[in-house]
Amino acid sequence: MGDIIFGIFAIIIGIVASYGIYWLLNFLISLLPRKISEKANVFAFLTPALVLLIIVSIIPVIQTAVWSFMEIKGKRSEWVGLQNYAELFSDPNFLGILLNNFLWILVVPAITVTIGTLVAQLSNNVGPRREKIFKSLIFMPMSISFVAASTIWAYLYAYSAPGRPVIGLAQNVIEGFGVTDPVPILQIDDFRINSFLLMAVVVWLQVGYSMVIISAAIKAVPEETIEAARIDGAGPFQVFGRIILPQVWGSIMAVFVTVLILVMKIFDIILAMTRGNFNTSVLAFEWYKRYFENTDTGSASAVVMILVLLITPLVWLQIRTVKHQEMLR
Amino acid sequence: MNKLRNFSGKVNLGSTLALTILVGIWSIPTIGLLITSLRLRSEAEISPWWDGFFNPLGTVWSLEAYQNSLSSGMLDSLVNTIAVTVPATILPLMIAANAAYAFTFLNFKGKELFFAILVGLMVIPLQSALIPVLKGMVWFQRTFDIPLTGTYASAWVVHSAFALPLAIYILRNYMLSLPTSLIEAARVDGASYYQIFWKLVLPMSIPAIASFAIFQFLWVWNDYLIAFIFVGEQKSVMTYRLLRMLGQYGEGWQDVAAGSFISLIVPLIVFFALQRYFVRGLTAGAVK
Repeated sequence: MGDIIFGIFAIIIGIVASYGIYWLLNFLISLLPRKISEKANVFAFLTPALVLLIIVSIIPVIQTAVWSFMEIKGKRSEWVGLQNYAELFSDPNFLGILLNNFLWILVVPAITVTIGTLVAQLSNNVGPRREKIFKSLIFMPMSISFVAASTIWAYLYAYSAPGRPVIGLAQNVIEGFGVTDPVPILQIDDFRINSFLLMAVVVWLQVGYSMVIISAAIKAVPEETIEAARIDGAGPFQVFGRIILPQVWGSIMAVFVTVLILVMKIFDIILAMTRGNFNTSVLAFEWYKRYFENTDTGSASAVVMILVLLITPLVWLQIRTVKHQEMLR
Repeated sequence: MNKLRNFSGKVNLGSTLALTILVGIWSIPTIGLLITSLRLRSEAEISPWWDGFFNPLGTVWSLEAYQNSLSSGMLDSLVNTIAVTVPATILPLMIAANAAYAFTFLNFKGKELFFAILVGLMVIPLQSALIPVLKGMVWFQRTFDIPLTGTYASAWVVHSAFALPLAIYILRNYMLSLPTSLIEAARVDGASYYQIFWKLVLPMSIPAIASFAIFQFLWVWNDYLIAFIFVGEQKSVMTYRLLRMLGQYGEGWQDVAAGSFISLIVPLIVFFALQRYFVRGLTAGAVK
């Protein structure tokens, strides 16, 4: 009970204080001579956002970049140049991690977008009531946390030792195919099978998102273009491939990039399901492991900087899209 | 005409069938865990969940796992999660609305540059900032003897900062669509920028604020990493506790399952009640 009261109290204080900051800033600026206050006005609205972004985002990112060139042990720290990076790239484990990241990027966005487009197109033909039910069920995982999704799927992949009753669906299917005494499937790293099993979770989570965006785009396709193609004798596949797909391609690419960025940062699922063991680790998890388990700030910073460098081209892409949208306005 | 209708009727049936199969596959994992959460430990251990699905009458159903889960800390975690989530949703929206207002209606030097940095920050992984922020907080509390890590407030600040770029971007886009003539008229009538913001722009931006609020709420509620680093053990949120439970499922799957569903209830309610706004927010972000 005390916790609840404290929680409510904390919430109220937090909100009142933040409103107070804006009121105070405005009051202070209104005290200035009129000529200055006209120009300073903007700071009354912008200062809190700027301060927060500079202290909690911009400076820390720069700090991380600096630390990636240092070796930090306890209180001692010294410049080591590119040594952290050199160590990473000569470590076969780390190269395996890069391979995993690459596989994630290659597989997840493409599959997610494909299934999303499929569902969006199919649900367009089944009438509004069924469409709503189908879409809600596919979309539902969007509201679930990665950790809860991991529990849901870990149960599906659960392993029972020989002699114990089998409770995991995946193991049951494998034994159904006649395999006796299977190993835990999340430990099979031949062909990175276990990584693909983890990818399934993310596809499961993200298809809803891609469906919603692509479905909105499909509904915006002018009816006349579809009608005209039908009258000219085009079948459903031709209508989809030649008429609808080209018109929604922009939205599909937007979803693709968004999922791609999400996948590059994937972390919680690896932590919850394998803790990066059995060759399933990825960059974001490696960062976590190197800092929170090995307390190696320098090399953890280097790992995350590699992630930043890989994402930078996407930043450029994102900025271009923003500029493009601005022009259309 | 008749031929056309027949033709689309066939497509209709095929689509329904295909979607039914797909939705079935999509629901299996959740149904499995839901059934498990409603069984007794003694049963969940020796028989798979689909026994309960195909033979519902021969199965003992119970809420024992939910009771166990709640009494072994999930209830405290629910309170903690709410205490982290509510301010971490309201604060960034307030700050972002103010900043978006400045970006939309006020002129100042370096506006373009600020905005480019903002868009860039939208994509930078938050991991690249977390360690320095954590170390900074530890230094601050050692120097000034004010506890920061392990409190709700530190999570509010960090969540707010990382939500800002996207929130400012979305709100600015929305504010650009507001009629400028109205704001100019208010200016002429002698209203200050402060009054225009609180009395005119903020109320008119409610639709955009609402749809971003849903996002931010779900994002913070479902977050693990920031809660782990900045709130941690003392005031553990539900994702934190769930992960610990998953690591030691000697307690039995039914308790983990019940814990998952307790953590899912609020997001699911928010999702189904506000689905329309949620979808609107999503499409506003990605479809021009």
